[in-house]
This record gives sequence, structure tokens and C-alpha cells, in this order.
Amino acid sequence: MLKIFSTIIASVIFASLAQAKETLTIYTYESFVTEWGPGGKVKEAFEKTCDCSIEWVGLGDGVAVLNRLKLEGANTKADLVLGLDTSLTAEAIGTGLFGKHGVDKGLAKTPEAWADDYFMPYDYAHFAVIYDTEKMASPPKSLDELVNGDPAQKIVLEDPRSSTPGLGFLLWMKAVYGEGAAEQWKKLQPRILTITPGWSEAYGLFTKGEAPMVLSYTTSPAYHMVAENTPRYQAAAFSEGHYLQIEVAGLIEASPEKALAQKFLGFMMTPAFQDIIPTTNWMLPAGATDTALPEAFGKLVAPGKTLLFSPDEVFKNRRDWVDEWLNALSK
Amino acid sequence: MFWKLTLAIALGFILGAVALGFLPLLWLGFGQAFHIDDYLPRVVVFTLKQAFLSTLLSVAIALPVALALARRQFFGREALLRIFSVPLALPAIVAILGIVGVYGNSGPFGGLFSIYGLKGILLAHVFFNMPLAVRLMLTRLESIPAENFRLAAQLNFSAGQVFRFIEWPQLASALMGIASLIFLLCTASFAVVLILGGGPQATTLEVAIYQSLRLDFDPARASILALAQLVTCGLLVLVAGQFAREIQVVPPTLARTRRWDGKSRFSKILDGLLIALGIVIVVPPILSVILSGVGSIRPDGSLFWASATSLLIGLASASLSIALGWVLAETAARQPRTFLKSVITLACLASLIMPPAVLATGWFVTLSPLADMSRYAIFLVIILNALMALPFVWSPLYPAITDSVQRHDRLCSSLGLSGLARFKFIDLPVLRKPLGLAFLMAVIVSLGDLSAITLFGSDSLVTLPALIFRQMGNYRMNDAAGTALVLAAFCFALITIAQRWSQSHDHT
Amino acid sequence: MITLENVGFRYEDMVMNFNLQVAKGELVGIIGPSGAGKSTLLSLIAGFDDPVSGRISIGGADMEGVAPDQRPVSMIFQDHNSFAHLDVWTNVALGISADLKLDTQQHERVDEALTRVGLSDFKARKATELSGGERQRIAIARALVRDKPVLLLDEPFTALGPALRRDMLDLIREIQVERKLTILMVTHQPEDARYAASRIAFVQNGRIAHVLPTKQFFAASAPVEISAYLRG
Repeated sequence: MLKIFSTIIASVIFASLAQAKETLTIYTYESFVTEWGPGGKVKEAFEKTCDCSIEWVGLGDGVAVLNRLKLEGANTKADLVLGLDTSLTAEAIGTGLFGKHGVDKGLAKTPEAWADDYFMPYDYAHFAVIYDTEKMASPPKSLDELVNGDPAQKIVLEDPRSSTPGLGFLLWMKAVYGEGAAEQWKKLQPRILTITPGWSEAYGLFTKGEAPMVLSYTTSPAYHMVAENTPRYQAAAFSEGHYLQIEVAGLIEASPEKALAQKFLGFMMTPAFQDIIPTTNWMLPAGATDTALPEAFGKLVAPGKTLLFSPDEVFKNRRDWVDEWLNALSK
Repeated sequence: MFWKLTLAIALGFILGAVALGFLPLLWLGFGQAFHIDDYLPRVVVFTLKQAFLSTLLSVAIALPVALALARRQFFGREALLRIFSVPLALPAIVAILGIVGVYGNSGPFGGLFSIYGLKGILLAHVFFNMPLAVRLMLTRLESIPAENFRLAAQLNFSAGQVFRFIEWPQLASALMGIASLIFLLCTASFAVVLILGGGPQATTLEVAIYQSLRLDFDPARASILALAQLVTCGLLVLVAGQFAREIQVVPPTLARTRRWDGKSRFSKILDGLLIALGIVIVVPPILSVILSGVGSIRPDGSLFWASATSLLIGLASASLSIALGWVLAETAARQPRTFLKSVITLACLASLIMPPAVLATGWFVTLSPLADMSRYAIFLVIILNALMALPFVWSPLYPAITDSVQRHDRLCSSLGLSGLARFKFIDLPVLRKPLGLAFLMAVIVSLGDLSAITLFGSDSLVTLPALIFRQMGNYRMNDAAGTALVLAAFCFALITIAQRWSQSHDHT
Repeated sequence: MITLENVGFRYEDMVMNFNLQVAKGELVGIIGPSGAGKSTLLSLIAGFDDPVSGRISIGGADMEGVAPDQRPVSMIFQDHNSFAHLDVWTNVALGISADLKLDTQQHERVDEALTRVGLSDFKARKATELSGGERQRIAIARALVRDKPVLLLDEPFTALGPALRRDMLDLIREIQVERKLTILMVTHQPEDARYAASRIAFVQNGRIAHVLPTKQFFAASAPVEISAYLRG
């Protein structure tokens, strides 16, 4: 009798000890944690390195993640946030929730040296105009050619007020044309098929054949070549350079799992994490990798010049630049 | 006393939910600066313009089509009416891709006109709302007493006279209600305007609110815009309510009425053309969805889970919606005072006037400090969906309950028949059809909803529309098309079941 | 006046067959258990249902293929005899012409009919504003202006109280005598038939089982089914 009793007690204690394993709650965007995204494999790989578990919270896209943090404020359940990009980081820091990551910045293999103390990058890709080779024999070779080209060959764009690729393209135009951006938008307008709320709708319209061009990433053709075995969709290389999107992760200062979060950020820069990224997130790894990239990645456009505003510049000017865009296109 | 209590609960629930959604944003906004720019009037004007034109087109087309359908019996009529319920069930993005597949640059009818602009918005709105109007009008037409048509036969009424003396009076009372509903749907329309609008020159209030809550995250602006929407739409609904004619006291016929009009060849051809018009508007985009998805369905775990989740949420929110709508309709029908009637009508149409994004954000702000939102997410989605379905429950149910109340109340009270007994023997048989239609609409609104699930969903709470969007977000366009097909098929099956149920006891 | 020869009809799973002869100027009551086919009988004569076999003739003319409005028949239903939202005068005027273009003479006929049924004060009122009995009188007025030789009544006074029913029946009988109308009246109140009809047809299971002069119908020597029904 006593034996049974003590066995029960022991197993209860054991079970509760097992659950006392630390849990790292990570807020991220939805496509990271779908069955085709990196989430599952990353969780598996990280949990091997520690007696811990990851709890993913998938929330829409990067913008939605940031907004959720703003709404939750100090009450946030997040220990770590993965999925903002550099156009959002200044705002994120402004919430006061993020803490310094303490990871060696030299581990970042981004096109430009990494200087942010609060966020570490995990992948990146340049924005690019993707075109349908079956509908377009000679794609534009520069932003200028895009702006001044034949209005019968249209492009689907995303809205900078509601999507990061949309914002990315707006910043691209700004980086190339500066003060004259508004005029260039007006010239581009007849070529714009429509402006969608997000990337999914735009890419959906593009693959349906509504327009021969769409604003997406240099890595998009890799998906089609690897998963669908078709070279039909390719990126256009622009001579002025391409705007860069770098996706980052950062930890929450007040989190009880801060140490674990730091560990994760370190893990994030290692091949165990980075090897997973290319064929699940379809972006370029921002850290060290062990396995070579799939062959298709070698066929991608590698921009000669990278365009990028600093997070602070974006933060300061975003509203004005979007208003300028709005005025240019609203007539 | 029973009714007063339930009314208070139902009304309180709805108004509370709306206030809880709206006020915290207003409060948040007080911290920041209020700026009303000259953007606002332009947006209001465009909102009203496209909604007005869409409503006009939808109703103008729906009326002759409904009249034609009421006159004719033909093979496949039932199936056609079921197909007419499908547009409402499709998530906007699916329907839009379907429309684009037919009328877009790559489609068979492409090049007729550019659908990226006001024309596209109107086309999509007619696709969504014309069939809805037809179904609602048909319900009214099918409740014309058989004797009226017999009289018409005996008195040798022409088609025009049948319309003037029999059909129009039945429809007129409901027309304002139907038009108001469609108008509100078009002002609240969102994905259509964003995707087919062609750019920022086509912005409605709802779109502006959405954009204020995204990158800008400006609750102050969002609440100002929401307030503008509330005032504009609220006023319109109240005004429209004044024009709603007195509901005619007619019993719903149970059997299919025989008609003697429309025997001429000309009449048959005309009706045929009208019905063909209805088919041409509704069927091709749905066909496009089917064709895109055929062969792309992935029958795996995520599909089954999403289907189960969709079904569960759909049934739960429809039940809640019916419960609320029923109570409110019963009270409003007995209410002599127009003020309370208007308040109740507004409450039922609340979700169309107050954008779900605003409600969801407001609830979040209020409730998240109190509890872990992820655990209650499913309940919030159910409540939000129930509110969103309420206008569609109201539309078929309110006229039917008004009829029933006017005909049965005195008899029932003289017999001492009330409560459950009355419900079982009197109300249920008589209200079976509109109730079935109302429940069905509530379920399909929930099935096709993307906004509530986007705002509260997570990777553990995935419905079919959410799955579609996820697949699209991972480049998997074909998979998404397949899931869309599953969703459409699912809806069609539910529609068929509901229709069978509501007609099952239909013989005299 | 009215002859039904082997008129066959199928309603759900009931097969009906009617044989009946009605002389001109007669008022024949039609009585029987629910679902026996009484309303269908009238419906066939009026032309709202088509028989699958047999022959219906009215005034010697074969009614095969003749539309309801072409038949020399007016019919009053149990309810919904008027268009609720139209006024009384228009409701009756529709009996003359559906386009409501009446010449002076026709105008007068409508006024006369309304006076005859006692509704002239209600000319401008909407039909919904009238009581049940008053609404049925609209139908009678309309039948008057249509001036057809045959009048079919399908339980028209069921919803009215006994005194009112009596008044209505008196009115019907007066009009019948004046205009020599042939009337078939379906009723659930045997006493109404007793009061107004000269003969009564007993309908059972889709057939006219018996046709008897009123006195014999109510006598003790009547066939078993009839006595059973009356006592029932």
C-alpha cells in the first residue's frame, strides 16, 4: 500500500519536474510556423540543445506582430520576437520592451556589417520585380525602365500602409529618386494593375496571370524552381540596385526567460538554424551555414548594389513618405 | 416579462460588445492627437458612391430575376438557388480570384473592361449581393397566398397586373430592408475595394480604418473613421427604416403555389433570359474557383482540422446569432414604439456599421490585461462571427416573425398557448423555412469569414479561410485553390442540408 | 348546368373520381370529412386543376383546356379573397376589368354591387382594415359584378359567427334567386347546408358517395356514412 502511494507521489513529482522544463514563448509571423515553414524544424533543433521547449505564437505578418506587442505592452507573454524587419525595428525599440541581445554582431553574414544591439538578423533577401518569362520577353533592367515602360505591361504592387514589401518598394523608390520620388510614382501609375493589401493577394494575382510583373523577393524564383520545377518566374535585375529586407529577432527585456532567449539568439546564428531557412522560408541565411544552398539559389539575381535606409531614418520619415505616395497616386 | 428580460439580455449583449470594442479605441486615441484631414470627406464620398451604385445595380438586377424565378419551375431550379447562396460563403479573396479568373486580364471574358477600378468593385459587389437579394425577395414572393394567384387567373390579370397588384406589394415592404442590408454590406466591403480598387484613389472608410490599424497603428484615427462610418451608416439605416412599408399580413405558403400567369411564349423567353442573366453573373466565378482547385486538394491533417474548426465555429456562432436575432425580432415585432424598433434594427446591423477590426482591437485592449487571450480566442471568434451574421439572420427572420405575430398572437393568448408549447406547435412549423434560411446564412457567413479569425486566430486555431491564406503566404497558390474548392463544396453541402430540412414538412 | 363525367384526378396518393349533375339554379351543398376532396372538386370545376380523365361541362360546353378566366365561373375562397392593400372599391372593380378602366356604366355596377352587400360606406377603405365577414362580402360583390352563371363557394363563412353566417347565406340565396345562379357550396357546418341547399353531395375518399335532397340527407334513414359523419 505504502509502496503504491510513494510510487504515485514520485511520479507526480517527476512529472511536474519534467514540466518545469523552461518554455520559450516566441511571437512570429504565421508563415514561419505553418507546416511548410521553418518553425517545426527550428523547434526540434533548438530543443536538442537544451532542456527546454519552444512555444510558437503565429500572428499574421510582421506588422501584426508589432501591433500585438503595442497592444499588450508590459503584459506581453512573449519572451522573444522573431519576424520584424529593419523598417520596423526603430518602432519596436520605441515600445521599450526590447532588451540588448548580447550576441556577437560579427556572426551576422548580411550584405552590410551588422550594427544593431537590440536585434539580430536571421535571414534576408532583396526586393525584386518578378516577371513571367512566358509573358514578358524583355523585362525592365532598371527602376527607370520600370517607371517609364509600356503601360500595357503591368505590375501588381502592395500597399505600403499595410504590408512590408509595399513599404519596401516605397523606400526603394525613395532611395533611388529622393525628392523626385512623387513624380516617378505618377509616371509609374498607368503601369500599376492594382495595389493589394498584402503580398499573398499580389502574388496570387500574378500567378493567375493578371499581370506579367509583381513586387516580391529575389528568392521567389527559387521556390518555383525547387518546389515546382519550373524556371518560368524570374527576377529582374535593376541597375540602380535593390532595396534590402533583413528579418530580425529580439528578446523582451522583462522576460523571465531572458537567459534562454539569449541562448536562442545565439543558436539562431548557427548552422543548426540557418540551414533550415533557405527551403522553408525562401530567404537567404544571415548566419553561418554548413550545407550549401540548393542549386536554384545560384541562379538567382544577386544585386550589385544594396539600398537600405537605417531604421531611424525609416521611423522618422515613414508617415511623410507614405503621405507623399498617397498624394501622388490619389489623383 | 420573459420577453422583456431576454430582450434586455440580448440587446445589452450586443451593445455591450460593440461599446467594448469601440470605446477603448476612442480612449486610446485621447492620448494621441486627433487629426481630421481633408482625406476624410473624399473617402466618405467614395464609400457612399460605390455602395449606392452597387446597391442600385444589385437590386435592379435581382428584382426581375427573382420575379422570373418565382414564376418558373424547371429542372435544376433548386440547385440554382443553392448556388445562389454560395457567393456569401466564399472568403472575399477566393471570390475575387474567381472573378478575376473570369473577367480579369487572363480570363475568358477578359478585356471587356478593366476590372481594376470602380467597375471591378461594382462587378464583385453584384456577384456577392445580387444572389442574396434574389433569395430574400424570393422568400417574400413565395409567401404570397395561393388564392391571390387563383384570383389573378380568374380575373385574367396580365403580367403587369400581377406585378402591380400581387407581387409588388409583397416586395415593397421588404425592399427597403433588403437594400439597406446590401448598402451596408458594400460600405463594409473591404477586400474587394482593396484588391480590385486599383489603388488608393479607391478608398472606403472601412479600408481607411484597416490601414490605420496596420503599419500606422493609429487607434485615434481609426476611431475617428469608425465614428464617421457609424454616423453615416447609422443615419442611412434610420432613414431607410422610415421608408420600410408596413409588413403585409400574409401566411407563408407551405406548398409550391401554382400560377397561371406567364403562359405566353414571350413571357417564357423573357423569364428564360432573366434567369440566364442571373446564372451568368453568379456561376462563372464559382466555376473558376472550382476549376482552379480541382486536382489541387491536399487531403491532409491540416485540411481536416481546418474543416472541423470551421464547422464548429460556424455552428456555434450561427446558434448564438439565431438566439440573439430571434429574441430581438420577436420583441421588435410586438413593439409599437418605433424608437425601440429602430434601436433593435441598428443593434442587429451593428456589425456592418462597426468594422470587426475595430471591435477586435477594442476587445483586445480591454480584455487582455484580464485574461490570457489565446485561451479565449475561439470564443471571441464565435462572438464576433455571431455579430457579423446577425444582419443575415435578421433579414429573413424579422418579416416572417412579424407576420406570425400579427396572425397568431391573439389566438395563442386566447388559448393560453405560450412558451415552449407555442414554439413547438405554432412558431416552429410556420417559421421553419425562414429559420432554416437564417441559420444557413449565419453558418456560411462564419465559414467564409477571414477577418475575425485573422484578428484572433493563431496557429492552433485555423479555419478553412485562414488555411487558404496561410497556404498563399507560403507560395502554395495551388494548394490554396484546392482548399478554396473544399470550402465551396463544404458550403454547398451545408446549403443543401439546410434547404432539405426547411422544406421537409412542406405539404398541406 | 354542370356535368362531371368520370372526372379523374390524383392528389398525392389519393385517386379521385367524380360524377355529378347539377341543374341550373340549384344550390348544392358539398359535405364530407377532411381530406375527402371537396376543395379539389371545386378546383376542377373552376379550372385551377386539370383532370386526368373524364369530362367537365358547364352550360353544355366542354371545359377541356379552357382557362379559369374563360369559364363561366366565379369562386370565393375561404380566405384571401381580396388584395389586402387595395381598397374595397378597387378590389371589386377588378372583377370587371383588370386594367381598372371602367366606363360610367361599369362604374355604376360596382357601386350597385357594393350597396347590395352593404359595403358602400367602406368603398375607400383598405381591405386589411375590414373584418373577416366584411372581406368575404367584397368577394361576393366581385362575384356580382362578374355576373357569371356559376358560383363556387369554398367554406367562405367558416371563420364567421353563426348569426353572421346566417346573414351571409341569406344574401347568397337572395342573389341566387335574383340572378338564377347555380351554386356549389363546400361547408364544414352541416346546418349551413341544411339552411341553404336544396341538395347535398357527400364526398368521401375522393368520390361523391351520395347525392340526396337535403331532407333525406339529414333524415335518420340516410346512409350510414352520412349519419356517422353528422353525428361524428
